[in-house]
Amino acid sequence: MCTAPLTAVGRSVPRREGADKVTGRARYTDDIAVPGAWYGRTIRSTIARGAIRSLTLDPAFDWSRVVVVSADDIPGENVVQLIRDDQPVLAPNGGEIRHKEEPILLLAAPDRATLEDAASHIHIEYELATPVSDIGSATEVFSTVDIAKGDVASAQREADLVVEREFRVGLQEQLYIEPQGAIAFPEADGTIRVIGSLQCPYYVHRALKRALKLSDQQAVVVQAETGGGFGGKEEYPSIVAVHAALLARKAGRPVRLIYDRHEDLAATTKRHPGVIRHRTGVKEDGTLVFQDIEIVLDGGAYCTLTPVVLSRAAIHAAGAYSCPNVRIRARAVATNTPPNGAFRGFGAPQSLFAAELMVEHVAERLGVSSVDLRRKWMLRLGDTTATGQVLSESVGSELVLDAALKNAPAVRPSDRPTVRRGRGLSLVFHGSGFTGSGEKKLQGTIAFEALADGTFRILTASTEIGQGTKTIFCQLAADALGVGMDKVDLAPQDTSLVPDSGPTVASRTAMIVGRLVQDAATEVKERLKREKAPLRVEKSYIQPDSIHWDETTYRGDAYPVYAWACTIADVDVDMTTGEVRVSDLITAVDCGKALHPVMAEGQIEGGCLQAVGWATIEEIKMQDGGYQNDRLATYLIPTALDAPRIRTILVENPYSRGPFGAKGIGELPMDGPAPAIIAAIHDATGVWLDEIPATPEKVLAACASR
Amino acid sequence: MRFTLNGRTVSLDVVGTRRLLDALREDLHLTGTKEGCGEGECGACSVLIDGEVVDSCLIAVGQVEGREVTTVEGLADGGRLTALQQAFIEHGAAQCGICTPGMLLAAHVLVQQSRQLTADDVREGLAGNLCRCTGYTKIIDAVLSCTK
Repeated sequence: MCTAPLTAVGRSVPRREGADKVTGRARYTDDIAVPGAWYGRTIRSTIARGAIRSLTLDPAFDWSRVVVVSADDIPGENVVQLIRDDQPVLAPNGGEIRHKEEPILLLAAPDRATLEDAASHIHIEYELATPVSDIGSATEVFSTVDIAKGDVASAQREADLVVEREFRVGLQEQLYIEPQGAIAFPEADGTIRVIGSLQCPYYVHRALKRALKLSDQQAVVVQAETGGGFGGKEEYPSIVAVHAALLARKAGRPVRLIYDRHEDLAATTKRHPGVIRHRTGVKEDGTLVFQDIEIVLDGGAYCTLTPVVLSRAAIHAAGAYSCPNVRIRARAVATNTPPNGAFRGFGAPQSLFAAELMVEHVAERLGVSSVDLRRKWMLRLGDTTATGQVLSESVGSELVLDAALKNAPAVRPSDRPTVRRGRGLSLVFHGSGFTGSGEKKLQGTIAFEALADGTFRILTASTEIGQGTKTIFCQLAADALGVGMDKVDLAPQDTSLVPDSGPTVASRTAMIVGRLVQDAATEVKERLKREKAPLRVEKSYIQPDSIHWDETTYRGDAYPVYAWACTIADVDVDMTTGEVRVSDLITAVDCGKALHPVMAEGQIEGGCLQAVGWATIEEIKMQDGGYQNDRLATYLIPTALDAPRIRTILVENPYSRGPFGAKGIGELPMDGPAPAIIAAIHDATGVWLDEIPATPEKVLAACASR
Repeated sequence: MRFTLNGRTVSLDVVGTRRLLDALREDLHLTGTKEGCGEGECGACSVLIDGEVVDSCLIAVGQVEGREVTTVEGLADGGRLTALQQAFIEHGAAQCGICTPGMLLAAHVLVQQSRQLTADDVREGLAGNLCRCTGYTKIIDAVLSCTK
């Protein structure tokens, strides 16, 4: 370990690309001018389920200035490369349609007017089938997860009180402010280069190779400056990039495929909606006896990342609590809606919402404070989780609970006569890094170079999407080397230049890849004592021997470590309109070590507000298998006026294998606010909502039926 | 048509109904102004017209004839960042950065005001500009640090 004083880590140094971002110099995908490039567009299904009976290009239209790509033009396999091979790149003529907005044809033209004109001269006829519209009517199962600890069946006899409740959570759009987009460049030697807005260059690389039948070298993926991701640019950019590449290949020229907001909202992945049922048994004195939990998530029409989302949902379902007998049965089902996919928290916000509200319901039935009950139940050092993982270090449950309570001022009643104010609290944990053996299988690799001019270069595929990757990696390297940050630079996220350090997801970048950066820099420093620059080292993730995970039984160390958060939300409920406004939010987060306090706070505050939106105003209504609110005028996210003042308390509780003690916290802030808000609404009004978002309609209905 | 753009007169030979956003980005190659929704909801395309914040996706370029347009590229003076730009960096008000140009222009109007601003004033002044990264807290802190 580095023992020299830290000069970069722990300091809120200026963001690497900050000056470019405040002057308008930063180049996002659509900002890149490409002379001679054509404009691309996707033609999508207007039905939710059925088959394509015919595809007709109107013979009266002049198609000579338009490129049309169908499934027949795919040189490789008609598969979007991910977990399962169920999703086609383009639905073929005669083929099945499984959801509204499913891509069928691609068009490119030299100008937008021709493109629009061409699109209006395509006629698609369908055989209609009855769509499966919701979880209740779904029969096809994508995946299941079963977790068992102790013996719930026999423990039921020991419980003095059993509380049962069912909870529902809705769809949510990531709503990165920069819509999806990619530009593809065909090159004379058969190489296809794609520049795009994306989180995971190597996901896109694999998808291009498979659909376009390219070699490792022929597929090149470059990340442009990316205007937010939140998981929405984890897997979906593979589709955009492959589509752009198919058009560029056929057109023989660069093609830009940039979604507008309407298309982005209508067609791209959302957070999985779900139904979570809990049965919790306790003794008279509040001792937790058993938790019996059933989770059903709606995966939509194709598998995408659903089994992994379900896995994270199941592993977090018992909450941050120690229970001797736990049974978790989880399944993800298929419906004929656009596929759901990665979104910050990745299943955990859904299951933790239910787990946290169960603490409230049990406390209410027992007539005790829910904070006291949390103290009694919460996981502490040495305790065992639902998967049988013994928590051996950096357990911050009590630290964050104490820190949040200490910093929360007393609730003052509202001075508006129709408004009632209430307060709610939640305590959550979130596994940092990939689940189970994920990191071991992936073996993320980075390279680190000492250059002849005395500077250093970090080579990773980990992307900057606003969360601070570029800055933090330079801080870690500078302190590991004992040099100034001006001596360290980053190679661009270009698959022809950098090794595959894995996707920028799962709260893994700072903790897992960051540690590789620290270790590589430390090794380079040592080698420079004997050798001369230039030199290069590569470092791959090696799973410590102490981590054991059994994928088949779901037993063992589900995550290397957990980050912890306690959130206190104050809400104002207008009893005449049912409107809920979160007025204040305090969150205490055990992040291990704050590598960059301002960025850590910023990421936490942004995540909390995303959760406030999910809990209160972000609602998607379905109509005929599509989203009714598929425009920004109807899908609302919090504005500066809706947002509470968010106060972050960073608690440092180092993790020995994190870089300088840091743990991953990217997703954690999405977990806590929703249950805290629902508890606060109960505190204000006396009614319990079991479903989010807590729209005015739901609040008024609940108050009326009391 | 002619108008003043970031202090310089520009003339453009395009149809007057073209969106100001497209004229800026594609004809004048100033890509700092972003398109987030194309229907006046997100504020990523905010520019100043005669000192007022306007969504450039809702304005036809013909409407700015003879007027003064400021984009994010016009804020820094000869490469020297304004106090507000500097504050955005220091306070962590820019994360992914896509809302930042529009947010800066809306904030610029606020900090030019002679009255004392409260956090609520800033929230109201920025309510037309959506940010999905920051939760707004750092943006509000940055703006307040530059107010009189």
